[in-house]
Amino acid sequence: MTPAAHLSESVLALAFALVLLAPLAVAGVMLTNVGLGRSRSAAQALLGNLAMAAVAVILFALVGSAFAGALPGGAGHILTLGGKPWNLAGAGPLFGAGLATAPLQAQLTLLFEIVAVVLCVLLPWGSGADRVGLLPGIAIAALLAVVFFPLAAHWNLAALGTNFGLGSGFLDAGGAATIHVLGGLAALCVVWIAGPRRGKFPKEGFSTAMPGHNAVYVLFGCLLALMGWQAFNAAGALLWLHAPLTALPQTALNTTLSASAALAATFAVTRTRFGKPDASLCANGWMAGLVASSGTAAVVAPLAAVFVGLVAGIATPLLVELFELALSIDDPSGAIGVHAISGVWGLLAAGIFSGSSGQFVAQLVGIAALLGFFLPLLYFVFLALNRYLPFRVNADGERIGLDLHELGGGAYPEFVIHRDESYR
Amino acid sequence: MMKFAGLLVLPAGFFLVLAALVLLNDPVQRTAFVLCGVAVEGVGLVVAVRGHMLNRGESH
Repeated sequence: MTPAAHLSESVLALAFALVLLAPLAVAGVMLTNVGLGRSRSAAQALLGNLAMAAVAVILFALVGSAFAGALPGGAGHILTLGGKPWNLAGAGPLFGAGLATAPLQAQLTLLFEIVAVVLCVLLPWGSGADRVGLLPGIAIAALLAVVFFPLAAHWNLAALGTNFGLGSGFLDAGGAATIHVLGGLAALCVVWIAGPRRGKFPKEGFSTAMPGHNAVYVLFGCLLALMGWQAFNAAGALLWLHAPLTALPQTALNTTLSASAALAATFAVTRTRFGKPDASLCANGWMAGLVASSGTAAVVAPLAAVFVGLVAGIATPLLVELFELALSIDDPSGAIGVHAISGVWGLLAAGIFSGSSGQFVAQLVGIAALLGFFLPLLYFVFLALNRYLPFRVNADGERIGLDLHELGGGAYPEFVIHRDESYR
Repeated sequence: MMKFAGLLVLPAGFFLVLAALVLLNDPVQRTAFVLCGVAVEGVGLVVAVRGHMLNRGESH
């Protein structure tokens, strides 16, 4: 959808600069995805991230953006139910037609959504690390870019607030729902369908620890992500909420506060539980704080941003343990806990702390749409895709590593590759 | 099958939320029904996760 209000050219120039900085968040997520996987699949993981980003950009710009309604076009695909019009999907121009003559604000909206869709498609790839092949990964990204993300963007940014008669629109200026919850749910479906990594859950005893191969990538990715998130949240506040320029410093501050509080909380929790802080879990905590800030940074006070981050940071290491030890979910990048659940928390917190009457219910309706409509649809579509293009590589490919199996060469040719038994 | 059953309960909760929005005008009733719909979705998610746990096998 296109934001209705018209912003001045100077504000749009600032929004353009912010949108250009936002891909730093993509770089951060890519680095954490690679660092949290194993060394023998590192090149395949990073190439997969780039390939998915490329496919998502092309398909969303040419096709998906029409259903998201990013550029001005038709009135949308309307379903009248109970006497109320339900704007199910956008009806914008296909193949980027009319982009050059579209208003600057609409063009910026399209650029913003392109960064958003790239972030979204990277999340299931991180969760399927070390066992999902490149081609099925790209097919998953294509489906997300053409079908799921455009619908979610259209519903959550436009249709829920205005068409469902709630009185309060759904608040999601930073993409907590459309990027993180949707991408996290897609990650859950991929993990359910592909299954765990070889040797992860032995027949007897606890699950096998498979630590990420490069903590430096992971932690540096967190720093890049912070810069990208600040720009993305500020751009979202300008484009979707039409926030005044004076509100932008607080939006950036809230983003940083949320991530910092989350890291401090995860640091304390892991030090208390394990005797020493855990680097990869702290990185997950930092990311969870950023994700929660996507829903809240533009609409809450700084103290609330700290609280939002603290909750996300405390929950993240506990969720990672719960998923792995109790629920048999093998999620190397932690996308399900970090993005899906922290995203839901950010959306709920926006409803709690925004101070607007009816906002909490509006947020619940948005979350209900993601869980009740998108999760089952994602699962069954991915299940059908898996029948024709199996997500998982064969056992031999997984054993030798996806770098050798799919690319014919490793990311670190001078390194000694560990066998599975070395993790036991 | 248990996972499929859980996943099919999820849309049922969503339809409850939609029905509340279409049929009810009173904010209190609407909020109550939305909460019920979300609760039904929660039950569906728990059943689906439980179904996944029951299918857990050795990943050798």
